[in-house]
Amino acid sequence: MNHATRKAAPATATATAGKPRLTTSAMIASIAAEGQRTKPAPFGHALVALARENPAVVGMTADLGKYTDLHIFSQAFPERFYQMGMAEQLLFGAASGLAAEGFMPFATTYAVFASRRAYDFIHQTIAEENRNVKIVCALPGLTSGYGPSHQAAEDLALFRAMPNMVVIDPCDAHEIEQAVPVMAGHDGPVYMRLLRGQVPLVLDEYGYTFELGKAKMLRDGPDALIVSSGIMTMRALEAADLLRQDKVEVAVLHVPTIKPLDEATIVEAARKSGRPVIVAENHTVIGGLGEAVAGAVLRAGVAPAGFHQIGLPDAFLDAGALPTLHDRYGISAAAVAEQVKDWTGR
Amino acid sequence: MTIATSGHNRQLAERAHAIRRNALRMGEVQGQGYIAQALGISDVLAAAYFHAMTYRPEDPDWEGRDRFLLSNGHYAIALYAALIEAGIVPQDELETYGFDDSRLPMSGMASYTPGMEMSGGSLGLGLAIAVGRCLGLKRKGSDRHVYTLFSDGELDEGSVWEAIMSAAHFRLDNLIAVVDVNNQQADGPSTSVLGFEPLTEKLEAFGWFVRRVDGNDIEAVREAFDAAKAQSGSGKPSMIIADTLMGKGVPFLEAREKNHFIRVDAHEWQLALAALDERKPS
Repeated sequence: MNHATRKAAPATATATAGKPRLTTSAMIASIAAEGQRTKPAPFGHALVALARENPAVVGMTADLGKYTDLHIFSQAFPERFYQMGMAEQLLFGAASGLAAEGFMPFATTYAVFASRRAYDFIHQTIAEENRNVKIVCALPGLTSGYGPSHQAAEDLALFRAMPNMVVIDPCDAHEIEQAVPVMAGHDGPVYMRLLRGQVPLVLDEYGYTFELGKAKMLRDGPDALIVSSGIMTMRALEAADLLRQDKVEVAVLHVPTIKPLDEATIVEAARKSGRPVIVAENHTVIGGLGEAVAGAVLRAGVAPAGFHQIGLPDAFLDAGALPTLHDRYGISAAAVAEQVKDWTGR
Repeated sequence: MTIATSGHNRQLAERAHAIRRNALRMGEVQGQGYIAQALGISDVLAAAYFHAMTYRPEDPDWEGRDRFLLSNGHYAIALYAALIEAGIVPQDELETYGFDDSRLPMSGMASYTPGMEMSGGSLGLGLAIAVGRCLGLKRKGSDRHVYTLFSDGELDEGSVWEAIMSAAHFRLDNLIAVVDVNNQQADGPSTSVLGFEPLTEKLEAFGWFVRRVDGNDIEAVREAFDAAKAQSGSGKPSMIIADTLMGKGVPFLEAREKNHFIRVDAHEWQLALAALDERKPS
């Protein structure tokens, strides 16, 4: 739907008859497909395990504990949990102060509020002062059907541009669990996108281990290279299975650390002749992984057989049901497969 | 007043005079600076650094220190003047104020200067950081205080009120905030830019212990710090509302039409120093 035409009168009931009636899902709904393997609250449980080992760990939130799986931590360590109220500027300023006193705050909210509302507070009190704060934010990219108020389409661009900030876009429960202790091992600010609730479990089947700043080839193939992060790696792997039925063999390079970017691995994969590079991200095509990869490949003087982006358009996205919206904006597995087929000429 | 307290007040007045002198000399070095604010807040800084706070000049990161967070980073010229007087920053660095590669940049930042605990400049940050510092100190079982200075203009920022609510909610009686009410911000008198009065009543309603004092009456400021420190155990954070006079101590600057960034001509710095020294406490 077009921004200017949204207020036009709706289609009549007869015009939509027969179409499935999907509704916007609740804020806490899982992005897992029906029947998909999942794990509950991987961040919350991993943080509890970390906190048992590391007494410096504290948890903080701005009235979104339940919605960021931090309630698992607050139940296990009520004395180490700070409910800051619906006040994101305060949340991150206070996190800086706690870090300055030697603690390691894990501060949670939604990605829109951290990246848009509290940006200056994170920039000045955490990144500029290089405080050891871990920012963990739910509803990354298009993982809510509530509309732009809750769709963090530009969080990676904003945090990538911030000096000192490490940026992680994990794919699944397996990766989130592994990323939590790794973040703690990095002395400095980190922003991680969070999947919460029943979180899909995918990467365990690939013998995958998360390493900060490392891209990993999950499958190889001669026809196209998909470079992806976050849930788009899951979608790329599903699309790769669909494409195999059509005799299209694609490589999937998973890049969970958006910054620092593993440029060497990306460039080496892009250098393999004869296949287009396709970057898939749950983020606006402006300023995210796609442009980061393009820059790295260009700087290396590599000219792949085509360069394409799968991502969210430069627009205020529609409200609606997530499956509808993921199809509409080309980030569902089927939509990814279709676009790859077009670009590989199959 | 006993002879002892009168002697102490005189010592504090001498410290305030030295802070003003340092600030004027930095202003002269750079030919500019927020000198009127610095002159106005010098008595508060003297009372903080030479009466209220505990610290070790040779070890600015000493765990047992009281923390001082400068929220209004453009007051750095005043804080540097106090840090020099306190022996935390060497006197001769004054000559580098605002120059390339100096440890004394125009706006205060944590990574540049010994004794500078936060990066200010973007207004409205300090009180939020202070809440976290206070929570951290309580978590460690420390009895140290967090002092933070901010300006009346910062009361316009919503984040300040988030922190004001939070400090009372968490019963941060280890927090001593000072708001400098000189009634001047970038676009004019603070009370006309965005009214904040009645400030005492507002802050009391928010659950704070409040003392409103003439911020250039060093005895009153000293007593306000004592009263604030005595709040330990009360569960109440403390706010000292310090009404100050911009340019205090240099009559021709006091009288100058009030501006956020006061104009001082090149030949006037020496005149200002001379005027200040004429009023040196004896």
